[in-house]
Amino acid sequence: MSPPPRSMRRMLVSAAPVAVFLLLVPYLADAFGAPYQTILLCYGLVMAIAALGFNLLLGYTGLLSFGHSAYFGMGAYAVAFLVKYLHITSMEIFLVGGVVATAIVSLAFGFICVRYTRIFFSILALALSQVLWSLIYKFFWVTGGSDGLRVPTPTLLGGLATVSRDKVTFLAHGYYYYVLVIFFVCVALMWVIVNSPFGKALQAIRDNETRAEFIGVQVRKYRLVAFLVSGVFTGLAGALWVPLNGLVTPDTLHWTFSGEIVFLTVLGGFRTFTGPIIGAVVFNYLKTYAVGYTVYWQLLLGAVLVTLVLSMPSGIVGTASQLFAKLRRPA
Amino acid sequence: MILLGTKSLTKHFGNTHAVDHVDFTVTQGELLALIGSNGAGKTTLVNLISGLIRPDSGSIVFQEADVTAQSIHARIAVGIARSFQLVNLFDQLTAFDNVALSIFSRKGKSRQLFSLAERHEDVRDEATDVLRQFGLDAKAGMLAGGLAQGERKLLDIAVAYALRPKLLFLDEPTSGVSTREKAPIMDIITAVVRSGRITAVIIEHDMDVVFKYSDRIVVMHQGTILADGTPDAIRTNERVTTTLLGAPAPA
Amino acid sequence: MDIFVIHLLNALLYASVLFLIAGGLSLIYGVMRIVNLAHGNLYALGAYVTAWTVGQLIGVVPNAALIVLLPAGALAAGAAGAILEPTLLRPFYKRAEEYQLLVTFGLLLIIDDVLRLIWGAHPLSASVIWESFGSLTIFDSVYPTYNLLVIGVGFIAAAFLWAFIYRTKFGVILRATSQNMRMASALGVNVNRVYVQAFTIGCVMAGLAGAIIVPSQGAVLGMGVDALILAFVVVVIGGLGSLEGALVGALIAGIVREAGITLFPEIELAVLYLSAAVVLLARPAGLFGRP
Repeated sequence: MSPPPRSMRRMLVSAAPVAVFLLLVPYLADAFGAPYQTILLCYGLVMAIAALGFNLLLGYTGLLSFGHSAYFGMGAYAVAFLVKYLHITSMEIFLVGGVVATAIVSLAFGFICVRYTRIFFSILALALSQVLWSLIYKFFWVTGGSDGLRVPTPTLLGGLATVSRDKVTFLAHGYYYYVLVIFFVCVALMWVIVNSPFGKALQAIRDNETRAEFIGVQVRKYRLVAFLVSGVFTGLAGALWVPLNGLVTPDTLHWTFSGEIVFLTVLGGFRTFTGPIIGAVVFNYLKTYAVGYTVYWQLLLGAVLVTLVLSMPSGIVGTASQLFAKLRRPA
Repeated sequence: MILLGTKSLTKHFGNTHAVDHVDFTVTQGELLALIGSNGAGKTTLVNLISGLIRPDSGSIVFQEADVTAQSIHARIAVGIARSFQLVNLFDQLTAFDNVALSIFSRKGKSRQLFSLAERHEDVRDEATDVLRQFGLDAKAGMLAGGLAQGERKLLDIAVAYALRPKLLFLDEPTSGVSTREKAPIMDIITAVVRSGRITAVIIEHDMDVVFKYSDRIVVMHQGTILADGTPDAIRTNERVTTTLLGAPAPA
Repeated sequence: MDIFVIHLLNALLYASVLFLIAGGLSLIYGVMRIVNLAHGNLYALGAYVTAWTVGQLIGVVPNAALIVLLPAGALAAGAAGAILEPTLLRPFYKRAEEYQLLVTFGLLLIIDDVLRLIWGAHPLSASVIWESFGSLTIFDSVYPTYNLLVIGVGFIAAAFLWAFIYRTKFGVILRATSQNMRMASALGVNVNRVYVQAFTIGCVMAGLAGAIIVPSQGAVLGMGVDALILAFVVVVIGGLGSLEGALVGALIAGIVREAGITLFPEIELAVLYLSAAVVLLARPAGLFGRP
C-alpha cells in the first residue's frame, strides 16, 4: 500500500490544528460562560456543508446556481414532514429522509437545468426554486404556509447518546459534536470527489465544454451527477439545520436565501476548496451581528458583493493565498 | 485498407455549400494532408466527421461501420479524435492533468467519484510518457493557460493523441507559430503518429510542411475535392496550382 | 362569449406588461450579451417612482390627467440604467460571465433594499388613475377602461420598437453591433455609446412597464424579482435576444397564465414554468432564439 499522496498529507497537516480547535470549542465556550457561541459555530458548520455542495457546481463545474435554497429547504421540510406526519424523532432518519427528498428534487431540477449553461442555467435554477417556494407557500394546509412547521429536539443515535433536557445544553454539546462529525465526513468526502477523476472531468467541463466533449466526457451526464451531489450536500445541510432552528418556514426556499449561499461562497473564494467553508463561517458571524445593526441587510450584502467582485474576486481564501505566495517569493 | 470513407457528404450553411457531395477516403497508416484555400470546406469536413455538426445528406463510414448518426462520444469510442485550429485546452488545469483527462476518459475511469486521481498510477505513468513524447515533460506541472503558444499547440495534439485514436485529425497544427518552430512540431507529430501506428489527417496551409511530411494530399476547393494524389502528382497538377496559386508561371 | 373576451383582455393586459419587461431584457442581451438580473427591480423602480409622483400631485390636478406622469417611472429607470452601465457593468465585459451575473445580482439586492429604504415596507398606490378612467361595458361584462389603455400602450410600444430597430439608422447600428461587435467597432461605431444607449432603452422599457401597471396593481416590495422570473419565462419561450420572441412569448405566457388561474389559482407560477419547460425541451433556444 503506497503512502498517501502528497496533496492529501498536506491537507491533513494543515487541517489538523483546525480540527483540534473545533473539537475543543464547546469546552472553551463553556469556560467563557457563552455556550451560545458553540451553537453559533454549529450554524456556521451547517452552512459550510451547504456551501461545499454549492461550490462543486460553481467552482469546479462552472455553473452558478441562484436556486440552491430549493435543496436546503427541501432537506429542511423533509425533516419537518417526518415529524408532522410520521411522528419520527430519530435524527438518523431525518438525515436519510432529507437526503432522499433532496436527491429527487435535484435530479428533477437538474435534468432541466443542465441542458443549459451560463445565464440560462443560473436563472432557470432561480426560477425553479421560486416555483418550489410558491408551492410550499400556497399549499399551506400541507406545509404550514408562512407559519412554517415546528421541529422538536431529535434523538441522536437512537437514544444511545445521553441527551440533556435543556435544549441549549443539548445543542451546544451533543448536537454540536454530531454536526461536527458529519462536517468532517462531508469535507473529506467532497475533497475526495473534487480530486477524483470525476472531479477532474468536471473541471475540464468548466474550462472548455467543447473539448471535454471531444475527449469523451459526456458533458450533460456529468453535470447532472454534479448537480445531484451538490443538491444532496445542500439538502443534508438543510436537514441538520432544522433541529438547530426549531422551525422551518418558506423563507428557507426563497431566492434571498439562495443569494446568501452565493454571497458567502464568493466571500470565501469560489476558486478554492476551503473558500466556501471559511466564507460560510465568516458570513454566519457577520449576519448574526450585522442584522442587529441594520434592517437594510440586503443593501449591505449587495454592496459588499459588488465590491468583492470588483476588487477582491478571489474572496478571502483566494486573496490570502495570493498574498501569501507573493510574500514567499524572493523580492 | 480504407479506414474512413465519406459518401456524398453534404453540408449547407444557408446558401453556402460548405461541403458539397464529398467522397473522401483515408487509408490506414497514412499521413494525409488536407489542403485548400480558406473557405474550401476543410474544417467543416473535419467537423462533420468528428461529430461536431450533422450533415444535411451523405454518410460517413469508419471501419466498415456507419457512424453518420453517432454522437461525438460514440465516435471517440470507436477511435476518431481531433485537435482544434484555435488551441482548445483546459487552461486552469496543469499540462499533466490535461493529458491525464484523456487517459481517464479512454479507460472509462472518468466517472469514478470516490477515488483520488493521483492514486491511479497507470494513468500517471502513461500521462508522463505522452508528455515526454511531445517534449512537454518539463512543463507537466504548469497550468495549460501559462504555456507558450508552441507548447500549447503540442499539448492540444497530445490531449487528442492520449485518446489513442485510430484516426487523428489535426486542424492546422502549425498555425500561429513561427517558421522556426514549425519543423520541430511536425517532427514530433510525425514521429509520434508513425510510432503509434496512428492514421493522421492534417489540415495545413503551409505548403512546405505539406509537401515534406505527407504521404498523400487531398485538395479541396469550394466544398468539393479538386484533386487527390501523392505530393509529386499534386505538385504538377495544373488545376491545383491554378486554383491555389493563381495562373501558372509563364513557361 | 363575453367571459371569453374578458379572459382574452386580461391575457393581453398581462402580455403587454410582460412584453415590455422581457423585451427590454432581450434587447439588452441581444446587443450586449449580458443578462441584467436587476432588470426586474428597474421595473419595480418605475412603478415606485410613478406611484410616488402621482401621489405628490393628487388633488392638484384632475385624476385622469395624472396619467401624464406615467413616463416619470420610465425616465427614472432609464436614468438609473444610464448611470449603472458605464460604472458597474462595463468593467465586467471582458471578465468571466460568472462575475457579470454576480455583479448584477448584487445590484438586484441593492436596488431591492434602496426601494425599501426610500419608500418603506408599505405598498404605494396610484389607483386614483385607474379609478378615474371608469369602466366600459363589453358585451354583458364590465371591464376597466384603464386596462384597455395598458393594452394599447403595449401595442404602440411594440410597433414603435419595431420601427426604431428596423427603420432607423440607430436601429441599424444597434443590430450591427449586436451581430458583430468587433466589426462594428472597426467600422467606426462607438460601441461604448451604443451599449449605454441600448441598456438605457432596455431599462426604459422595464420602467415603463412598471409605470403603466402601477395604477392597476400598486407598487409592492418583491415585485421586482417576481417580474424577473416571469420575464424569464417569456424569453425562454420566445428566445433570448429576439424582440419578436418577447412579443410571442409574452402573448403565450399571458394566455397560459389566464387559463391556469381560472382553473387552479395555486399553480399559477408552476403552470407558466411547465410551459417554459416544455418549450425548452422541444426548442432549447426558444421559438425565435439564436442559439
